[in-house]
Amino acid sequence: MKGPERVAIKRKRGLTRVEKTNLRNGLLFVAPWLVGFGLFLAYPISMSLYYSLCDFSVLQPARFIGLENYRQLLGDEAFLQALANTVVYALAAIPLSILVALSLAMLLNTGVPGMAVYRTIFFLPSLVPAVAMGILWLLILNGKNGILNLVLGTVLAQWGWMSLLLLTLVLLVRSGTPDPPHLKGRKPGRPRGRYLGAGLAGALVLFLTWQSGNTAALGSCSINLPSWLSETAWVKPAFVLVTLYGVGNSVVIYLAGLQDVPVHLLEAADLDGATWWQKVQHVTLPMVSPTILFNGIMAIIGTFNFFALPFVMAPGGQPARSAYFLAVNLFDNAFLYLRMGYASAMAWILFVIVFGLTMLALRLSDRHVHYGGS
Amino acid sequence: MGELARRSGGPLLALVAVVAFWLLFRPEPAPADGKVHIRYWEKWTGAEENGMRKVVEAFNARQDRIHVDYLAISQVDQKLLLSTAGGDPPDVAGIWDYNVVVYADYNAIQPLDRYLERDGLGADHYLKAYWELCRHQGRTYALPTTPVSVALHWNRKLFREAGLDPDRPPRTIEELDAMSERLTKRDAAGKIVRMGFLPTEPGWWNWGWGYFFGGRLQDETGRATMVTSENVRAFDWVKAYADRYGNRDIQVFQSGFGNFASPQNAFMSGQVAMVLQGVWMANYIHNSNPSLDWDAAPFPYPADRPDLVNSTPVGSDVVVIPTGAKHPNEAWEFIRFLQSQEGMEMLCDSHWKHSPLSRVSENFYRRHRNKRIRLFYDLARYGNTFTTPRVGVWREWQDEIKTGFEQFWINGKKPAEALAYIDQRIQPKLARYHANLNRN
Repeated sequence: MKGPERVAIKRKRGLTRVEKTNLRNGLLFVAPWLVGFGLFLAYPISMSLYYSLCDFSVLQPARFIGLENYRQLLGDEAFLQALANTVVYALAAIPLSILVALSLAMLLNTGVPGMAVYRTIFFLPSLVPAVAMGILWLLILNGKNGILNLVLGTVLAQWGWMSLLLLTLVLLVRSGTPDPPHLKGRKPGRPRGRYLGAGLAGALVLFLTWQSGNTAALGSCSINLPSWLSETAWVKPAFVLVTLYGVGNSVVIYLAGLQDVPVHLLEAADLDGATWWQKVQHVTLPMVSPTILFNGIMAIIGTFNFFALPFVMAPGGQPARSAYFLAVNLFDNAFLYLRMGYASAMAWILFVIVFGLTMLALRLSDRHVHYGGS
Repeated sequence: MGELARRSGGPLLALVAVVAFWLLFRPEPAPADGKVHIRYWEKWTGAEENGMRKVVEAFNARQDRIHVDYLAISQVDQKLLLSTAGGDPPDVAGIWDYNVVVYADYNAIQPLDRYLERDGLGADHYLKAYWELCRHQGRTYALPTTPVSVALHWNRKLFREAGLDPDRPPRTIEELDAMSERLTKRDAAGKIVRMGFLPTEPGWWNWGWGYFFGGRLQDETGRATMVTSENVRAFDWVKAYADRYGNRDIQVFQSGFGNFASPQNAFMSGQVAMVLQGVWMANYIHNSNPSLDWDAAPFPYPADRPDLVNSTPVGSDVVVIPTGAKHPNEAWEFIRFLQSQEGMEMLCDSHWKHSPLSRVSENFYRRHRNKRIRLFYDLARYGNTFTTPRVGVWREWQDEIKTGFEQFWINGKKPAEALAYIDQRIQPKLARYHANLNRN
């Protein structure tokens, strides 16, 4: 299209024929989305705002009651407990999942052979559907027959041997770690002593374990391990643990972020004699800070909408509502107690909380997040 | 060829989408058999589903005007509600007795009184306990399908091992506690490996312990009566088990139980020697551990309250005709067949349950596979029966009781305080419910 010509015609008649056609076609192309957005998002969202001011049971017409639902919510112990549980869970789950995911991503970015396999392994759990994961963890966390307590019991009962074994592993790993490429040749040869020490320690551990009769120790571990899902003090930590199992998605995002950390900065830091931690602190973390912000916001939204796992693993928030989360409380009110208006009010409070926290995160991030392009 | 594919790709894709859409959402073709097809949604799966299917097939074969399309549906109560709100409910639905009040309050189900009067069915056709479950504010909104009463089941083999008479179940609560103590075993490390009785296995009637001690949940005015001496006594009795055997030890022991309908079930696997269970238990024992040597008797009563002998909670599966059903008259025809002595005995026999009707044929008992079937029928007929309170906020109430129960069972709170907590939580909800009822 010729620019000047279009401008000239436009002045005369507003829109050209071609422009009108384009507008019509454009609107037609976005129409399915616009209709879908209006019908399935905008309308229900605005109706839920209205219903939150009503006594509404789905089967009978809504009756306007003003702010009564919100007033009741403030005095509803179940809701306040669900709110407190959700906040406690979020305070533990958000930082921990960022820490774990970022650490895993950094480990998976080291260039050790077989990295694709490790990455796949750590990503796989996030492909498990939430309900299946809930059922799986019900078995793992079982207080009597669960594999977690079996492993923990064994480790704790064999603490002495295990710590020695750990030490051996550390020694082996250290002695096996190749030097960074640019340091190659500076330290010719590796001390054989380390291999020898590790080997000796390993042999000692194997011998002692065999001596103590490992199987007997397995059977009669006398340590009192929690029944994770039936003790009020342990059920939230258990949910945090399950959440950490599913960090694979954020690991992938962090990995992508880590690819963008400029190598020349790391090399410059190396040449300046920076330690590993200094490089992480002053190069890697600032460079991946936008990714951390993104994952942090997704984690805020995810933890406050935490639903499928507790719904499957702790119906009704048992024991004694210690695992009652906001989204589950909302679901119960909407679909079990048929209090749609009340549930809508909860949904709006939930929305305000998530929105507020996201805004807060964005505001705080101004000072700490570094964008490469800016 | 490539050019052709490129040019026709878009329209082709659109065509595929349209065809797929049509296949997914096309209207069902009207059946060409000339019969009125009615839709029946029912909750059961597995053997219980097939039991009802036999009754439906018998009805379909017996006349040529109506055909019942029988569909097993999960979470049938919630789906019934949404389909009714959407104006397209099934013609018949099988729900639970505690749903009846809520749905009747919201006009989601139709009163059946005009049909009952026309066909001469009424209170005398049913056991009183089950008939009452179907009524709300003077009208009948549902009719029973398979009923429930509950009794103490005990493992005769474990009784013999503990030196107890396998034919002599506990009659009083005090005897129950003493026998339970003798049946309970710990291993060398002090862990519980078997319990005589455990109030929370299966824990389905935790709301009802007060009734076994002469208490109740609600008075005539509709107010909750949680904190009464009887209810406190009942929960104190429950908590004594947690205190005697250690609530943490019990938690660990209990987390080793398998699913109800599995050989790892606490009773089937011999981990708990006595359980409170419903009339269906014989069927599940037959499926999971047919060699189990069991028997059943009325649940014990407190020694100082012999008037409470033969106490049992009663409940029932029920059928209803939703508001807005397209063929209510044909739906009733099917329900009437189901409510006949023949239809009901066919159904209840297949579920190993007793009949909710006041008249039962000798033939039904003769061929029945549950060896204690008369016990459950007699409990429902002559016993001290009690039901969940007939109010629309029962689901909330039940959840509050569950929470209060866990407060003292797991967290060691005083039962009286837990009952006060439940009371304080439920009274405003009950008041709101009654206020709403009066307004409508």
